[in-house]
Amino acid sequence: MAGTAVRGRLTWQDVTVVAVTDETASVRTIELEVPDWAGHQAGQHLDVRLTAEDGYVAERSYSIASAPGEPVAITVERLDDGEVSPYLTEELRPGDEIEIRGPIGGYFVWPWHEDDSPLLLLAGGSGVVPFRSMLRHRARIGSSTPAKLLLSARSLPDVIYRSELDALRDGVEVIYTLTRQQPPGWSGHSGRVTNALLREVAWPISQHPIAYVCGPTAFVESVAAGLVDLSYPADRIKTERYGGVGGP
Amino acid sequence: MSPISRGFHGRHRESEVDKSRVPPGQYVTTDFPVLSAGPTPHSPLENWSFSIRQAGDTRKSWSWEELRALPAEDVTVDIHCVTKWSKLDTMWQAVSIDTLLEQVEHQAQFVLAFSDGGYTTNLPLADVTGGKAWVAFGYDGRPLQPEHGGPARLLVPHLYFWKSAKWVRGLELLAADEPGFWERYGYNNYGDPWREQRYAGD
Amino acid sequence: MDTLDGNAIGGLLQEIFGTEMTDAIGTCGTCGATGPVAETVVYLHAPGTVMRCRICTAVLMVVVQRDQVNCVDLLGLATLQTS
Repeated sequence: MAGTAVRGRLTWQDVTVVAVTDETASVRTIELEVPDWAGHQAGQHLDVRLTAEDGYVAERSYSIASAPGEPVAITVERLDDGEVSPYLTEELRPGDEIEIRGPIGGYFVWPWHEDDSPLLLLAGGSGVVPFRSMLRHRARIGSSTPAKLLLSARSLPDVIYRSELDALRDGVEVIYTLTRQQPPGWSGHSGRVTNALLREVAWPISQHPIAYVCGPTAFVESVAAGLVDLSYPADRIKTERYGGVGGP
Repeated sequence: MSPISRGFHGRHRESEVDKSRVPPGQYVTTDFPVLSAGPTPHSPLENWSFSIRQAGDTRKSWSWEELRALPAEDVTVDIHCVTKWSKLDTMWQAVSIDTLLEQVEHQAQFVLAFSDGGYTTNLPLADVTGGKAWVAFGYDGRPLQPEHGGPARLLVPHLYFWKSAKWVRGLELLAADEPGFWERYGYNNYGDPWREQRYAGD
Repeated sequence: MDTLDGNAIGGLLQEIFGTEMTDAIGTCGTCGATGPVAETVVYLHAPGTVMRCRICTAVLMVVVQRDQVNCVDLLGLATLQTS
């Protein structure tokens, strides 16, 4: 996979917050000004480091929400018992500086230039972030690779990037499943992603699809196991776990 | 030198704290962070035992019921994790290691605590006797949760908390010291928070 | 406290090895299982970073950071091959 990931040592760099956008009540997108950004691939992430006045340091990783070529942005979900996310989603403002390191990752990336297999993107809650990068990139390059995004969220207001996702066309299908609360008259799916729902949504293996699963650890493991049950080969299932016990 | 992140404080930290209770380099927290090096074991109590072993033999062993029948005490102590958080006045229900070790005649100078899942940590005998160490089965008035080491963990509060082995199943009596899990990976063999003995060579 | 996977230490590994490692292929020295580093089970924020085999839970790698230096133990891996 030469040339598909940044090789060489990463260094921390100070970057400035340019804008913050609330996506949902607990989710915010943070746009950064990164001098000398080396560019990134859809699916990669970056590390954020914060230092308190007393010297206390915290580090976290966040998927890059922007497509290659767009200003660098991350989308952060506020975790109630979080140490870093409440700061990033509530306190951080344009003009502030944070340290980042990236882009990182060569496994959970879309190798669009060498593989046009149908994409199956399975997101649990904030696991949708790297997929926004992939789908924006897909649109920017005019790709006709068929793509399906199955997104599990607690409720419709919790769907991140909802208006953007609803507007996707040109060979992209977006399917929601709402696990805790559905709006009146909801005709979409309810409840967690089950093997039955996967069977209904997933590309048949005869099309040699590649699946990406991202979100809370429990979500990823359940869905990945479901794909294995559908005979998806292990090397056609890419997983990225966000940990935590939150999520849909 | 990293820039300060305006307005970032990290976890809630108590500022009204008696600093003499906080070892160098530590921050006081009101949370109880869960740190693990491996999966949380789930050992059914009917199969659980605590053993004192020596040279491949089990010298003495207690089932869960037998351990719980031993005299236990309420212990309130400060605990200090090598990852820099300290928690003051933690309350445990525990059996003193003295109660266990006095039932075995031995001349060992060191122990290696061993746990479900393979974790080990070593201590001088003097640091687990004389009222300094316990097998704790209750925290804050409730049964010790698996994520915090339940059903039972070692409690050795005068040393960094990696020495308080979670999911403890016994002590191996040793004539010579032998490094346990974190000690092998570069942590200090003894681990006194008041002398900031975090890493090997400190 | 849920576990993470090798993606979560992509930055740390790139700092240590000087190259992207999440797509590197490792072989467990205990059970022989093979797979990408990204798919290993990772325990972060312990006194050190512990990478375990997803199949048999054996320790593959441990990183302890002290004073800005990374101390890396790879003995649990039989092989580790970058792409």
